[in-house]
Amino acid sequence: MVLLLQYTLTFASVLILVALGGCFSEHSGVINLGLEGVMIMGALGGALAMRYMPTDSSAFSMLIVVLLAAALAGTVYSSLLAVACINFKADQTIVGTALNMLGTAGATVIVKAINTAANPDDVSSTIQYAGAKKAFLVNIGSFEFSWFMLVTLLLLIAAYVALYKTRFGLRLMACGEHPQAADSVGINVYKMRWAGVLISGMLGGLGGIVFITAGVSEWRFEYGVAGFGFLSLAVMIFGQWKPTRIALAALLFGLFRALSNVYAGFEFLKNLNIPSPVYNMMPYIISLVVLAFTSKKSRAPKAEGIPYDKGQR
Amino acid sequence: MKKNILKNSGVQSLLASLVCVILGLLIGYIVLLFINPDGAGEAITDVMKNFLTYSKPETQVKYLGNTLVKTAPLLMCSLSILFAYKVGLFNIGAAGQYCIGVALSLYAALAWGWSWLPCMLLAMLGGALLGAISGLLKSYCNVNEVISGIMLNWIVLYLTNMLLTQVKEDTSPYTFVLSHKNASAILPSLGLGSLFNGNQYVGLALPLSIVIAILVWVVLEKTRIGYELRATGNNKNAAKYCGMAEKRNIIMTLAISGMLAGLGAAMLYLTGYEQWQCSTSSVPGMGFNGIAAAFLGGLNPIGAILASFFIQHITAGGAYVDKSMYCAQISDLISSIIIYLCGFVLFMKYAMNTAIAKREEKAALKEKERAQTPEVSDNGKGGDQ
Repeated sequence: MVLLLQYTLTFASVLILVALGGCFSEHSGVINLGLEGVMIMGALGGALAMRYMPTDSSAFSMLIVVLLAAALAGTVYSSLLAVACINFKADQTIVGTALNMLGTAGATVIVKAINTAANPDDVSSTIQYAGAKKAFLVNIGSFEFSWFMLVTLLLLIAAYVALYKTRFGLRLMACGEHPQAADSVGINVYKMRWAGVLISGMLGGLGGIVFITAGVSEWRFEYGVAGFGFLSLAVMIFGQWKPTRIALAALLFGLFRALSNVYAGFEFLKNLNIPSPVYNMMPYIISLVVLAFTSKKSRAPKAEGIPYDKGQR
Repeated sequence: MKKNILKNSGVQSLLASLVCVILGLLIGYIVLLFINPDGAGEAITDVMKNFLTYSKPETQVKYLGNTLVKTAPLLMCSLSILFAYKVGLFNIGAAGQYCIGVALSLYAALAWGWSWLPCMLLAMLGGALLGAISGLLKSYCNVNEVISGIMLNWIVLYLTNMLLTQVKEDTSPYTFVLSHKNASAILPSLGLGSLFNGNQYVGLALPLSIVIAILVWVVLEKTRIGYELRATGNNKNAAKYCGMAEKRNIIMTLAISGMLAGLGAAMLYLTGYEQWQCSTSSVPGMGFNGIAAAFLGGLNPIGAILASFFIQHITAGGAYVDKSMYCAQISDLISSIIIYLCGFVLFMKYAMNTAIAKREEKAALKEKERAQTPEVSDNGKGGDQ
């Protein structure tokens, strides 16, 4: 039971972070379908930081450096989306998809190059971080508390405040609802959209590092992040683009994802004799069903997905 | 006035695609330089040469055959993406529709011993059904087809592994070899194999895929239904206002699109070229490479034929790079960069058109000036007399 709670909270953290990322980007008017790729790049940044940090560095500095590396990698990577979609008015779906593919391919190439350079016989795309990972964990009884959960909670509160209680957040949302109106009162729509996409990159990158440290101590970058970027978008839609609801939706999805890791620990679930792939499918099936019921009265930002053109009426 | 060849939209697409390819290869080369400057030049030529790496022409032809065997399914996936995109839908679910095609065609062939034609039809049906689910969700529940497509991709991947585990070898994670278990399920070769130095995998799939590409073009451009579908893609509400059944059109589009992807799977797996690995942990890349091929081909079915060959050519070429320095994924990297650059095609065309318009304006202005000046002097002369 404790294990289930632990995994639920971990996966919920991932989903909250990435869905909030999507939320910022979409509120500014850009659909960030490349979150999957952003997560991979963030994960790569964090994993490399763990690999190259001296093993005797303190837990606190390890945590900070890894978080910064992941956030930075995600932010830089998402600027590829921003420049294409905001300045060059490219199709956001194509560019997002390209970034997802580029994320997996790029991360694999980079990790393999590093591994092969270190040892010519090593052609794997795996980074190990068993030792470094301990810095993030505190055992409370049998519950493995991860500092990432606290970071997520803080960022969730920060996101709520930033979106609804600051001038920046309200302006950001105006750019996603009616950019022409926002422009007419002197808001620079391009700048706001850049800000939205970069914030989504930062949060997506953080989500990536939380994801690959959840339960495992090495990651094969060829695998990507198993559709978690898209699950997060489903969470965001289910959460109606509102941080608090996103958090609740993420807990629900996190629970189903966690079940596939720990179902064997429950006597009654084990007795049902459901094959394990079914548990693997669960989060995706649930998200489809949930989306089918909630998308009808969608509260999506009105101007999302439409490139802003100053000259257009 | 002479018509500027650059104004032709087809020429513009071709130019834009070439720019994407060249830039993609260039960036790939730079990445290789960063990894290890010693062999970068050799590696990028390996990627571009693919089967030409072999010195003997017979071997070259044989490996060209192998590339073509995988070009056919890629072309089908790219047609699937292209068809949906023309109707304003981004069918990223093509990867899953391809996957279900693999599952059904292989299962029918190996477990039930069906011959190739019914296997192929079943794969098409499976893809169509999966596409229709996305379509239903889109038209009746307003679910974004990209997100439902991705979810279905993962669901189908696990289903495929589950289903095909029942027809796999006991000692390996691979499905039974098709030619041993059920030779009647293998696509007829039509004697094409002998053209490729006895490559038994080349056969019906290749001509069939090209015929379907032409068919897709005809349907989209020359028929009423194609016009209706494209109109729905351009403006859903306008199409509805004109009395077109926009919901039905969306569902039908995604079903046809899924059918194409499912057929693509049958075209590869019913040749026996590949077996399915039942522990596959990510959705097959064919559907995603199809996106690259569709956009690189300028969203034109005929362009897609060339683009599919190119993408498959460099994907296969990745296998030839020196593995002690680089990895095969460098070709995935290049194709994903190409897709990214394809996002800029609209801008490139816009830039070309503005440049042409500017030049024409200047020329017209000059012409006008030249026409006016002699007129004035003529008048002056007239006044003198």
